Amino acid sequence: MVSKHLKRLYLALTYIFLYAPIMFLIIFSFNSEKFSSKWGYFSLKWYSTLLSDDRILTALYYTVLVAIISSIISTIFGTITAIGIDKMKKGIGKKTILSVNNLPVLNPDIVTAVSLMTLFIFFKVPFGLITLIIAHVAFSVPYVILSVLPKLKQLPTDIVKASLDLGATPSYTMRKVILPQIKPGIMAGFLFAFTMSIDDFVISFFNTGSNVTNLSIEIYSMARRGISPEINALSTLMFITILILLFLANGKDLFKKERKNENY
Amino acid sequence: MKKKGTIAHYPYIIWSILFIVVPIFLVLYFSIIDSNGNLTASNYTKLFNSLYMLVFLNSIKLALISTAICLILGYPVAYIISKSRSKTRNILMLFLVIPMWMNFLLRTYAWMSILGKNGIINTIITTLGFPAVDIMYTDAAVILGMIYNFLPFMIIPIYTVLIKIDKDVIKAAGDLGANKLTVFKRIILPLSIPGVMSGITMVFMPAVSTFVISQLLGGGQFMLIGNLIESEFTTVGDWYFGSALSILMMIIILLSMAVLTRFDKDDVKGGGRLW
Repeated sequence: MVSKHLKRLYLALTYIFLYAPIMFLIIFSFNSEKFSSKWGYFSLKWYSTLLSDDRILTALYYTVLVAIISSIISTIFGTITAIGIDKMKKGIGKKTILSVNNLPVLNPDIVTAVSLMTLFIFFKVPFGLITLIIAHVAFSVPYVILSVLPKLKQLPTDIVKASLDLGATPSYTMRKVILPQIKPGIMAGFLFAFTMSIDDFVISFFNTGSNVTNLSIEIYSMARRGISPEINALSTLMFITILILLFLANGKDLFKKERKNENY
Repeated sequence: MKKKGTIAHYPYIIWSILFIVVPIFLVLYFSIIDSNGNLTASNYTKLFNSLYMLVFLNSIKLALISTAICLILGYPVAYIISKSRSKTRNILMLFLVIPMWMNFLLRTYAWMSILGKNGIINTIITTLGFPAVDIMYTDAAVILGMIYNFLPFMIIPIYTVLIKIDKDVIKAAGDLGANKLTVFKRIILPLSIPGVMSGITMVFMPAVSTFVISQLLGGGQFMLIGNLIESEFTTVGDWYFGSALSILMMIIILLSMAVLTRFDKDDVKGGGRLW
């Protein structure tokens, strides 16, 4: 059938559009020449200059450090808050908290970034690692709350009642009944906070000091100075890392069995 | 258990006042004072300067164009994927998401080296004997960058809505004599509107507020509102005007959000907004 081939062709073109630039970066990371207009010979020299580039390595260190610290803080903080919000009575108080919590989600990154920057300048907080972590926590917590709250709403109240009737203390109920039930929401929130922190540029750009940079800021300043094949090498390494992580996480249920639940 | 009140959320109330509410009010405050601390409306009247008006119109124009193109390109993709077998479509969706996990700046940077003077496109064109074209640092390059970065944001919510459509409804329409085109026009399209709306939101919002894409691919300093805000806060140092710009941007976003979410009442955050 013609239309079937047309559909396949259309999908193929879309995926080529999405992957061509990435493939391009990967191929030219092995080029000995600086510019992609000329192919010299196969070379790993951009990898070796990249790995001996202290600025990049420091930026990588800060990116991972900030992502780990801020996502752990946001997850704990967000989960506790979600439990509190869930127990609030319906009313203006609850509505206000939820609307305020939605602000960083709805606002463009640049407005959130600039408003936090204004805050730090106004209270004369010196920019650096601390402001960077605070900024990342500030924009991650709302997402953690938004992913934990629905799980708490789905939690049957009878289970909690039963646990208390059977003699469990409230804190035991929390640890053995509530937390295991809302764990998927907490995990989703954590992953969310972590990836947003790793990937963030705008918030970090405005809220860090000159002594602390992350990968995004480093790439931005390298790209502004012009084409640098080291970025190609960096892209390749990051792409491979992402592929490995994703296939470790998803590979099993993607390729082994059909999903039983069709309408998820 | 009766829902007894706790104080678990109290720390966050303080935190959100300090890091969400106060910063926005500070920006609002800075937008109505001048450098001597006197109350003034000049930061806002300055917005009506024709130079800045051009920047706003340009931002909105570029964001609208790229949103429209994303919709035209993305809807068929979502539709085709939603019609494939469940195993195929999971793999297709995974491959759609993978590029999004790459650092946003790296993806934009890739286009710099493709479109540039010494880039691959020009190399191909000149080898074929044609004169080199200069796409870099034009509106077209910025639109291309926006489409490239935000196309998955259009496809995912539409796809999510399309696979939720009850197959029996489509079958019933077919049984009642509707042909494929009628089924699409009268059933599939109307039912997918919430997905389309959230797709439009998710493409338009980042497109209208970006400064990275226009900085790297557009080159120009004063191309979009985002670039204007960035330069006022970093290089120019006029936060008062920068604050007024930020407030304006916030108003544009919240207004368009309010309009768009009217179509999507039952789940504002649905349609795969988060993932």
